[in-house]
Amino acid sequence: MSTNEVAPTNHLSDHQVTLEVNEQAVVLNVPAHRTLLDGLRDELCLTGTKKCCADGECGACTVFLDGVLVNSCLVLCVETEGQSVTTIEGLSTNGLSDLQEEFLNSGAVQCGVCIPGQVVAAEGLLRTNPHASATEIRDAMAGNLCRCAGYERIVQAIQVAAGRRVEIT
Amino acid sequence: MSAANDARAMGAPVIRYGGAERVSGTQRYLSDIEFPDAAHVAFTTLPIGCASIESIDTTPATTMPGVIGAFTAADLPAPMPRFGISHKDRSVIADGVVNFHGEPVVAVVAESPDLARIAADAVIVEWTELAGVYDLDSALADGARLVQDAALRTDDHKHSNVLETADYAWGDLDEQQRETAHVVENTYEFPMVTHFTIEPGGVVAAPTDDGGIEVHSPVQHPYLLQRILADVVGLPLSKVRVIAPDPGGGFGGKQTPRYEPLMAVLAQRTQRTCRLILSLEETFQLMRRSGCRVDARTGFRDDGTVTFHELRADFHIGAYADVAPRVMTKGSYVGAGPYRIPAVRVHARAVLTNTTPSCAFRGFGAPQVGWATESQIDAGARLLGIDALEMRRRNLVDLDEAFIRGDHEARADGRWHQSLERAAELIGWGEELPEGRGRGIAVGIKPGATSGLSQSLVRLLYDGSAIAYAGTSDMGQGARTLWKQILADELGVDLDRISIVSGDTTAVPFDLQTSASRSTVFMGNAVLEACRDIRQRVLDLYAEATDISIDSLEAAPGELSTPSGTLSLIEAAQVGLGSLRGEIIGQGTSRLRGVKGHPLGGDAAFYEFNATAIEVEVDRETGEVLLTKHVTVGDVGTELNPLQVVAQDEGAAIMGLGHSLMEQVLLDEHGCIRNLGALDYRIPTFNDVAVEMISDSIENHDGPGPYGCKGISEGALLCTAGAVGAAVADAIGTPVRQLPLTAERIWHAMQSANAEQPTN
Ligand code: FES
Ligand code: FES
Repeated sequence: MSTNEVAPTNHLSDHQVTLEVNEQAVVLNVPAHRTLLDGLRDELCLTGTKKCCADGECGACTVFLDGVLVNSCLVLCVETEGQSVTTIEGLSTNGLSDLQEEFLNSGAVQCGVCIPGQVVAAEGLLRTNPHASATEIRDAMAGNLCRCAGYERIVQAIQVAAGRRVEIT
Repeated sequence: MSAANDARAMGAPVIRYGGAERVSGTQRYLSDIEFPDAAHVAFTTLPIGCASIESIDTTPATTMPGVIGAFTAADLPAPMPRFGISHKDRSVIADGVVNFHGEPVVAVVAESPDLARIAADAVIVEWTELAGVYDLDSALADGARLVQDAALRTDDHKHSNVLETADYAWGDLDEQQRETAHVVENTYEFPMVTHFTIEPGGVVAAPTDDGGIEVHSPVQHPYLLQRILADVVGLPLSKVRVIAPDPGGGFGGKQTPRYEPLMAVLAQRTQRTCRLILSLEETFQLMRRSGCRVDARTGFRDDGTVTFHELRADFHIGAYADVAPRVMTKGSYVGAGPYRIPAVRVHARAVLTNTTPSCAFRGFGAPQVGWATESQIDAGARLLGIDALEMRRRNLVDLDEAFIRGDHEARADGRWHQSLERAAELIGWGEELPEGRGRGIAVGIKPGATSGLSQSLVRLLYDGSAIAYAGTSDMGQGARTLWKQILADELGVDLDRISIVSGDTTAVPFDLQTSASRSTVFMGNAVLEACRDIRQRVLDLYAEATDISIDSLEAAPGELSTPSGTLSLIEAAQVGLGSLRGEIIGQGTSRLRGVKGHPLGGDAAFYEFNATAIEVEVDRETGEVLLTKHVTVGDVGTELNPLQVVAQDEGAAIMGLGHSLMEQVLLDEHGCIRNLGALDYRIPTFNDVAVEMISDSIENHDGPGPYGCKGISEGALLCTAGAVGAAVADAIGTPVRQLPLTAERIWHAMQSANAEQPTN
């Protein structure tokens, strides 16, 4: 006969973290194991950032941390002391961005669950590589899974938005 | 946009309903919805595929502060309530045995998700491993342990692990065999794969003040869930409310109830709102596609004409029926493909194993059998030295020609050769290829729904805005966008003044299902009929209000013509409604009754047909496949929204690359899923899409849906494997018959091909 045994975890919210989220200062009281993803969703009710694999593999939870793209499921709240986070909500404060509009125009949005992560990742890509080619877009976005497989549509959306931005500047 | 300014919404690239919410993160999926004061649920499961439960000690959990309760089979009525669609075989919670890896043994309810998890892990379960059957061979072996207790089964096969069989036959197979010179015989395997919706599973259940129950679940079939819940908890339908938030991906995986009955029981027992959000790993243990092994024998004349085709298909369905018997029945029904074959014999079985219960998954059994049949056509082509496209040209049926014969014939309801030719043209069939490349072409077919009922209500409001009530779940296919387009054209209402209500059994009329690519046809016709009903009512009311004779009025899309000129339907409605205002309510019903004695229960409302052509490059050192070109052509009838058609088509095509090239659920010798989770289970990414991808459609306006449309959401996945397999075989000179075509399998095939003569 066998039994199931699992080591217990401490779930007490005994850590205080001060950080900035979408340009607002926030204070979190969380247990040490609380991920930034769960902190955003459960403590701050910022549910635009999605949770799928919780393993750093799907990209649904992509946010900016001090301007750099991260999978927020792989970051602990306690690691973000003094840092600034931008989520999909922070990218949507003045109506839809050009990228978001192009996602819609290209038919990139099916069920939509992966889309906030895709939009944040695409924004990060265009900020670092405004002239990204289709191949560079695919490489940069390869960590963002879409089971509806709108990949072709997303590449098109990013290309159109990139073209517009280059025209404007 | 409105009919009044002549720009039709139908056929235009109208942007997805709910799109702005989805790109900005405000769309609320189940796990995003706040349920104040909810209690949280976590399951205790065992690291084993088949075991008897010897004892359960929940006290380590229940003594933790903040734990509300821990529920086991002992807390449920005896005999254990069981549920299911065709077979009531699934217990609400594990009942003395664990039948597959991940089956819940204990459900813990606690004040926080963390605490529920910790408490569920603290429960002590003593168990003994049983001789579980984890693959087809062990399940079918003499003396195999029965996955389901024969005493609980009433079917003919109850003393075996075969749950159901399906047989289809026509023509004289023996005679054809005697007369056929060329026969190929092979075995094909199709893997178990999981849906991997980006939204993992979840359910929230709450008791209501009137003694009823309210269940929130992102299901594709809310009304089916309502019926099953009512049955399990013993309440009338009117006291069971199902609220179905838009699923974050369904693909067939969110059709049937699984943990909802347990959650309803927990809510009743605790009188709390109970919330369960699964991890992706737990979601792997909730749904999968049936694996399949097909033995195929096919005869050919010298000119490539198929003379007979014999298939034995075993579907590896898992521990409970779910809809898998139907998957087996419907998938093998079209097993012989869209071909003109004088003699066919298909024998298919749904085989129980101690694995995750399989369910519907885009393609519904057709891709599994199609993989074998398409590969056999290619085997014949290689044997006879005939081009693979030419083989299909010679055997594919023409419009209105029977491809399924016997008592219940099925005839081609589209000009399928056009799709085949278009795919061939777009891939550049026949053009020279560089060394290391190969090309393949395949066709696929799937029966749409064989019966169905959709009901819809449309309200035209006084100010010229409108609301449609349509129970289709909007899981990515964009159903509500289409309803909006229909309302815009038929009533002349601006697109941005239309709301669609769905996902609530209390507010929205009945809809049988969101599956089988049937919603645009069935619900589409119901919405269309409701709009036409409104037009008739406007006409009647206008006549009554103005004393103009009904005979001199005529309603058309968006307008009413009167003896003194034409006015918009909205203006006419306002005149008709007069100073009391109010609204015009239209109702529409779309019903397809089944046919007695038909092996599928009825004729398919339409067939989805697709032709796929693929070009690959295979790395001879590693066996890795690079897709250089991927063409998919669907026979769509009419494109109602080109943006959505292309998205569905590409999406299905790329999803098909998963089971073709990389996806498979792997088990260890104890029935545990080895690649449980995203780290070890790969699905197609941006980098797996072909260098060049082309999605095209054939429009002959010959479908039964609104404006001549057909269902389109599955077609491009039906024959992906066949086309990829043929392309790889073309590139390396030998076929691989086991999916997925991993680099390792291809490398081995190349090594043995070097050592032997090529096979067919
Ligand atoms: S949820 Fe963070 S990468 Fe998947
Ligand atoms: S849109 Fe459904 S997962 Fe990407």
